[in-house]
Amino acid sequence: MTATVTKPPAPPARHVRRARRSRRSREMWLLMLPALVPVVLFSVGPLLYGIGLAFTDARNTRAHETTFVGLDNFVQLMGDDDFWSSFRIGVVWSVSVTVLQFLAALGLALLLNQNLRFRGVARVLAVVPWAMPPVVIGLMWKLVYHPDAGILNSLLGTDINWLADFSLALPAIIVVGVWTGMPQTAVVLLAGLQGIPRELYEAVEVDGAGRWRRFWNITLPQLKPVIVAITSLDFVWNFNQFGLVYVLTQGGPGGRTRLPMLFAYEEAFRYRYAGYASMLGLAMAIVVLAVLGLYLWRQMREAR
Amino acid sequence: MKGREMRAGAMNRGRTGGLRRAPQYLALAAYVVFLAFPLVWLLSTALKTPQEMAQADPTWIPREPTLANFADAFDEQDLVGAATRSLVVALFASVITVVIALPAAYAMARYRSLVNRIAIGWVLVSQVFPFILIIIPLFLILRDMELVNTLPGLVIVHVTFTLPFALWMLQGYVRAVPPELEEAAAVDGAGRLRSITGVVAPLLAPGVVATLLFAFISSWNEFLFALVVLQDPDVMTLPLTLARFVGPEGVARLGPLAAASLMATIPSLIFFAIIQRRLKSGLMAGAVKG
Repeated sequence: MTATVTKPPAPPARHVRRARRSRRSREMWLLMLPALVPVVLFSVGPLLYGIGLAFTDARNTRAHETTFVGLDNFVQLMGDDDFWSSFRIGVVWSVSVTVLQFLAALGLALLLNQNLRFRGVARVLAVVPWAMPPVVIGLMWKLVYHPDAGILNSLLGTDINWLADFSLALPAIIVVGVWTGMPQTAVVLLAGLQGIPRELYEAVEVDGAGRWRRFWNITLPQLKPVIVAITSLDFVWNFNQFGLVYVLTQGGPGGRTRLPMLFAYEEAFRYRYAGYASMLGLAMAIVVLAVLGLYLWRQMREAR
Repeated sequence: MKGREMRAGAMNRGRTGGLRRAPQYLALAAYVVFLAFPLVWLLSTALKTPQEMAQADPTWIPREPTLANFADAFDEQDLVGAATRSLVVALFASVITVVIALPAAYAMARYRSLVNRIAIGWVLVSQVFPFILIIIPLFLILRDMELVNTLPGLVIVHVTFTLPFALWMLQGYVRAVPPELEEAAAVDGAGRLRSITGVVAPLLAPGVVATLLFAFISSWNEFLFALVVLQDPDVMTLPLTLARFVGPEGVARLGPLAAASLMATIPSLIFFAIIQRRLKSGLMAGAVKG
């Protein structure tokens, strides 16, 4: 600050510009600093630390001498049947929830974009799952699925313990996953629909294009950037889902709903294998980034 | 609003023929039922007496609606304590988040530079990362700092993980304030600080409030980090206490459980009622389109 005050009254133009630029960059750093400190300390730091831990035999206990073990954790992970079954469940869960969320959300968004009566009701309802804490959503559906006091058995006339059934537990939690994320996806798609210029529809209406062709030739291509963005986000969010399933099934019965996040949580905080769990986290991060990268790369190549 | 109605009308030539829209109404009804029935069931369970819960054939509408479950919920678990702790954590986390995000968001919106681009990249990456990779080392760090099982420990974690999206929201709001306004104030002889506090701040106020609410709700609802950081039942936040409520499969405690769940949702519902219009139009679309 003092530098600007003591500056001679009419310095050469270039000098002023450089001085101003360095002052601006100092200002910028000063403004960024308060946010930068927690990010570096509690986000970037732990991230690097975690990647390092993946190559050690660290235990989540106080009295333990940690040593570097190279790729041991990775080798062990590849030979771990529990990991592979958890990984398979994670893939089935995140792909099916994301696809079903998207299809259901697209339908809802198209309906909400029409001049229908009572759509206000659906709009308000669509916000509720978004607002509810995931734990409460889990508890609510536990009540729906409850074998004795639940409404589902009474509606269907069945006597099933949905969340404890080996083959039904995963589909049951997938329904909850769709219920949870579909409305938010619908709201985003609706915003995208409302951004499509009306003129595009008028142009094809002159050609006498039917509803289906209008949807296929205009709505879908126009909506594509939004679709790509929201399905990518949904996929990542679903793959990282934890609280909902933790409350619903805790990964049971017999590990049939043990998503990778739950598996890693158990390894790290129940069995206290911090190093092994970090390798698991690293593997998950690589899978997510690879899937996302491939998907976005294909979309971009198609767009070109 | 009106323009949209007209456009929607133009898109549907069969508007006057009510019968042609029957399938659409049917589909809308199906969505409403799917979205509403678990909520109705939660409400119904919360209002039932233990005797009715124990009966073989559950009914939608309680025969003798009662508010006793709400009182029982408070008796059975330390809900008041848990809610207070959640409130304290959420208040501190949201205020700190906004206070440190605001200058950074201003810098991101006003200065173009490499740092700026890195910041935006980090905001995006942070949405993608599996928390499990961070949470283990974070736990070890917090343990070394003696912050495990303390509320400040959880506040730090919540601030760190709400920051990216808060930054993203705020820098959008700053961008919406034309820089010319600041320059005009500077020409009028206002200092830089005065032009920011006097001109930019009032225009930013709604955005700051929205971000504050967003950060508050994120913290209020958060489960995974709380589960890891707070392991002692005496310091648990509301989501943790609710999750512990489940216990054995008996039906006796389902009523209070439902009542407590309903109460835990109230702050979020208020928040979404306030910013629903904003969410519908700009916020999410802007965030997703980037």
